[in-house]
Formats: sequence, C-alpha cells, structure tokens
Amino acid sequence: MAARTMFEKIWDAHVVHEEPGQPSLIYIDLHLVHEVTSPQAFDGLRMAGRQVRRPDLTVATADHNTPTWELTRPIEDQISKAQLDALDRNAAEFNLPFYYDRFSENQGIVHVIGPDLGYTLPGKTVVCGDSHTSTHGALGCFAVGIGTSEVEHVLATQTLRQFKPRTMEVRVDGDLPNGVTAKDIILGIIGHMGVNGGTGHVIEYTGEAIRNLSMDGRMTVCNMSIEGGARAGMIAPDDTTFEYVRTRPYAPKGAELEARIEEWRALPTDSGATYDRTIVINAADLAPFVTWGTKPDMVAQITDRVPDPASFETTAEREAAERALEYMGLEPNQRIEDIRIDRVFLGACTNARIDDLRAAANVIRGRQVSSDVYAMVVPGSARVKAQAEAEGLDQVFKDAGFDWRVAGCSMCLGMNPDILDPGQRCASTSNRNFEGRQGRGGRTHLVSPEMAAAAAIAGHFVDVRDF
Amino acid sequence: MEPFVKLEGVVAPLDAVNVDTDMIIPAVYLKSIERTGFGQYLFDRYRYNDDRSENPDFLLNQDAYRNAKILVSGPNFGCGSSREHAPWALEDYGIRCIIAPSFADIFFNNCFKNGVLPLILPEADVRRIMDKAKDNAGFQITVDLEGKQVRDGDEEIVVDFEVDEFRRYCLLNGLDDIGLTLQHEDAIAAFEAR
Repeated sequence: MAARTMFEKIWDAHVVHEEPGQPSLIYIDLHLVHEVTSPQAFDGLRMAGRQVRRPDLTVATADHNTPTWELTRPIEDQISKAQLDALDRNAAEFNLPFYYDRFSENQGIVHVIGPDLGYTLPGKTVVCGDSHTSTHGALGCFAVGIGTSEVEHVLATQTLRQFKPRTMEVRVDGDLPNGVTAKDIILGIIGHMGVNGGTGHVIEYTGEAIRNLSMDGRMTVCNMSIEGGARAGMIAPDDTTFEYVRTRPYAPKGAELEARIEEWRALPTDSGATYDRTIVINAADLAPFVTWGTKPDMVAQITDRVPDPASFETTAEREAAERALEYMGLEPNQRIEDIRIDRVFLGACTNARIDDLRAAANVIRGRQVSSDVYAMVVPGSARVKAQAEAEGLDQVFKDAGFDWRVAGCSMCLGMNPDILDPGQRCASTSNRNFEGRQGRGGRTHLVSPEMAAAAAIAGHFVDVRDF
Repeated sequence: MEPFVKLEGVVAPLDAVNVDTDMIIPAVYLKSIERTGFGQYLFDRYRYNDDRSENPDFLLNQDAYRNAKILVSGPNFGCGSSREHAPWALEDYGIRCIIAPSFADIFFNNCFKNGVLPLILPEADVRRIMDKAKDNAGFQITVDLEGKQVRDGDEEIVVDFEVDEFRRYCLLNGLDDIGLTLQHEDAIAAFEAR
C-alpha cells in the first residue's frame, strides 16, 4: 500500500460510504456533548421520532454555563439554568450512560475530561459541537468541531458527512528554549501562518519540540489549531501517549490495552508519505508570546513592542491593526512589558490541566498577586481540581492571593458569571482574544500559564525567563 | 430547510477581515434552547449601545441596509467558534447569503445546513460589489444558485460562480442530511458489525 499520513490512515479506517462528488460518510467513535450546542439537536431528534444511535459512544457534560463558585450555591442565571436542565432531561430521555452533570466528580470542560477519563484514544474519530475539539488530536486521533445540525446527524446516525480535508505538516525542529512553553509554540505557529493559514487542512504537528512535550502540552498545541483556521490538529501517538492512556480510568486495561497499543504503533505517518503543505519552525526562534490584538495571530514576543499599524503591508492589515489597537487601548511601539493588567484568568481547555497548574504554581510560590490585579484559577475539570488539591497547589494559589474556583469553561467565553468589565485588561491562558470574547469591552491578552502567573504578581506583563 | 434557488435583495457591505462568530453573535446569547429568535442579537455588540439603544453608525441600523438580504465581507468570514447560532442569527435576521473571498470551515459548513449560501467570489469581484453597495444605498443584486451567477440590475456586475455540486443540490432542494444518510443504514450497520 502507498505510504500514508496518520490522518489518511484514520480516515480510511472510518469510511462507511463514498460516492464521487459527495462528502464521505465517516464513522464516529466518540461523540462529546455539552449543554450549549446540543439542545436544538435533541429537539430535532424528538421532532423526527429518532433515537440516539449509539449512547455508548456518547459522553456528555455541563461546562459552558456552570458557575465556578462553590457547588452548594445555586445557579442564579435562570436562562443558563434552563440550558443545563435541558441537558439533564435529554441525557435521561435518550439514555446516555456517560453523562457528567455539574455535581459529578468526572465533570469538567469537555476537552479536558475526554482525554483525562480515557474516552479519547489514539486512532479514533472524535467530534463535538465545539471548535476546540481539535484538542483531542494530541492523542493521535482525528478530532473535529461541528455545528449543531451535525451534532444531530451524529446522534442519529453515528456518522458525519465530510469532504476529505487536505493535510499540512507543522514541524517544530529542535529543543524549546527555557521558559518557552507549548502555548508559546502554538502562538508562534499562528503568528507565523495567520488565523486562516490552516483553512481546509488537518495539521499534523511533528518535530523534536513537539515530541518532547507532555500530553498536557500536546493538547495545548492541538487545542488552538482552529485558531489557525485548521479543521483539526493531531500528533502521532508514542510512548508518552501510551503511558498517559495506561493511567486513565475508562481506557482499556491489561491485555486489551497492550493489544491496542500494538495497533496504535502503526498509526504514525509512514516515511515517504507526503503532506499537501509543510511549515517548518525552529524552536530556537520561539519566545514567551503575548497577543496584543483581537485575533490570535496578533502576537508579539514579550521583549517586543506593540507594532505600529503603519508597518503592515496591506491596507486590510493596517486597518485591522488600527482597529485592534483602538479596541485594546494600546499605543503603537508601546513595550509589551509596560502593559498593565487588571485581571488574570488561568483556565480554559487550552491551559487548565494539571501540568498547567503546576507550572503556574511554580512561578508564584511564595509571592503575592499585585494589589492592582484580581486573579483566578479555574481548573479544567473536577478531577484536575482534586489532583491539584492533593498536591497542595490550591494552597499555593490561595496563599499568593489567587481565587481558587470550581471547574468549567468560565471566563474563556463568559457564558457563566465570570466576565470582564468593559475596558478591563486580562492576561488569559484561554484561546481567543476576540473583541468582547470575555465580556463586552473586555481586553484579552493570550499567554501561557507561566506568563499569566508572572503577570499576576508583577501587575504587568513580564518576561518569565527573568522572573 | 427552506430551499435556496434565487435570492434578490439589498447588499450590506461589512468591510472587515476575519469577522468572527463572537462578533456575529456573542456567547451570552447562546443560552437559548430554541433554534429561532437569534436575529435580534445579530452583531449585538456593534448594533446596540450599552443602554441597548441602536448604534446609528452600525451598517444594519442605517435605513439603506436595514432590510439587507445579502452581506458582503472580507476574507475568513465566520472564523472562531463552531456555534451554529451564527448562521441561525443571520438567517433569522433575513440574511440568506454572505459573499466573501473565503470563509472559515465550520461556519461555511453550518450555513449550508440552514439554507444560507456562503458564496466565495474572487477578491476583485467582492471588492466591486462592496464598493457599489457602499456608494449606492439600497444597491441590490440577484444571487442565482440555479444559474450559478451573481448580477446587479444594470448588469454592470455579472459574475459566474461555482459551488460544490452536492451542496448546491441540497440547497436547491432544501434537503435534510440525516434523511440522506439514513439511506445508507445498511452500510452503517455493516461497519459497526466489523
């Protein structure tokens, strides 16, 4: 057989039906469901008298609307509550066996719990009504975000109609410099290729710097694939992946797992296989990054200055930069390190895993959050929260003056009560710095957990390498 | 789904690049469990002032464009979140066609599921339509999906276009994907039995 990329192997293994000129029918191994993009899909099933075809391949949780205050305190927003209640009802009515509500010990951001619980596995096809489904590709699966109509389609048929995407290799050569993280890798990649650089493509991240990342770091990279416009991101499974899977509660165990691992060893891209495009980045060129604008590709190194819109080549870029600086309340040529912040959000499916919390805790241990800053930590799941508490990280954060919260999507998108006030400036470990993303008029700077932690202490952005 | 065959209407020129789905409809309005009623929140952060009064500077609050059926915008329209609430909001408002040089993948796909045509035209043609819509309040065009052509009344602008044939067929006939897929029930069951 001809040499194939990992994506092509997974795709080929899941084709149910193909016809020339039509999208392929692809079988879905894991369907993740949350409360925001699913109610209309379940309604559609009800109206058509359809069932969920494979409840056993469907995992649901409540994450976007859930307040991050203590679980004993009721939800105050009645519209949010109605959406959460709808998922409760739908999970019961359609007999979903794996539903983790707000109070479950397995609850959390859907992209944190899928891999952490062992539902996301190498070689699978994974979908969710959420663009950051690309996260799961870190385990070596094809994971793609879909709309609500497609959620209904997968619920009803366990398949998805997809035109085969093109492939793109993003190779990061060499070792990461000290103080440079997985978040900086992906911000650097997006800064390099632009917010639509990956449109129509599935990205496979390769190279030494990627191989050396932990699973949590790999998930950070794959998470933001969509911010570069890509359909999905993926990383070949290796011993790091298999060791991770071994300790997951709902992953296969024993002889079954070992047999699966042998199969997974055949997943990586064959030598001689070709990608439609390749981008090469040298890890040595990367540094801690801070976004200065309102799209994730508007990014600068911590030691740089806010760009002058006049320095951009095209009129469209100049206008976009001018508009972004106006929205962000920044001046051209201002030093990034001189930007003062009001808030710190350490959380989201990008950076709320245990590695992220450990890394941030190491930066702040024994230090105090600036009196000008309100800082919060929102662990990615109840399990991550429990693990962090077992390690005493919660105390490190609390001692430093951070607010320690309950798991959820929280201020990544502000569907729950955690939002910025107009004009407030936030160092955020999330994935989108769009206008109004964290609250009307809020100003978001995307950074790594280490950089967010350091900024919380300093009250302004600071180079974590010298901190 | 309502079929999309031919659409004639006013063009609203939203001259910006990378219009994201948070701009189209902010997350705070995604809490409804209904599929309709999102039009009132379309471009909410720009359409309304803090006190919920209309922002007179925003395109769709100007009389010439208030009843627009077609939006013309810059590249990478619809980037960001997978929220289908974005095409729902556009459709509910009355906009059934967006013309741009390129679209983000998930938004592009979501449009076709809702009888909304995301139409890719070459940048120069998009610019011509944008400029005419800016200069001539109430400028109208016809988007003829059957004939695969965009044209204005004076036929100063006549642009032939291509849309993937399968997607075009589904739009023209207002077809529901699930029904089509379930015709392959045997193949799905056979796959599951492997």
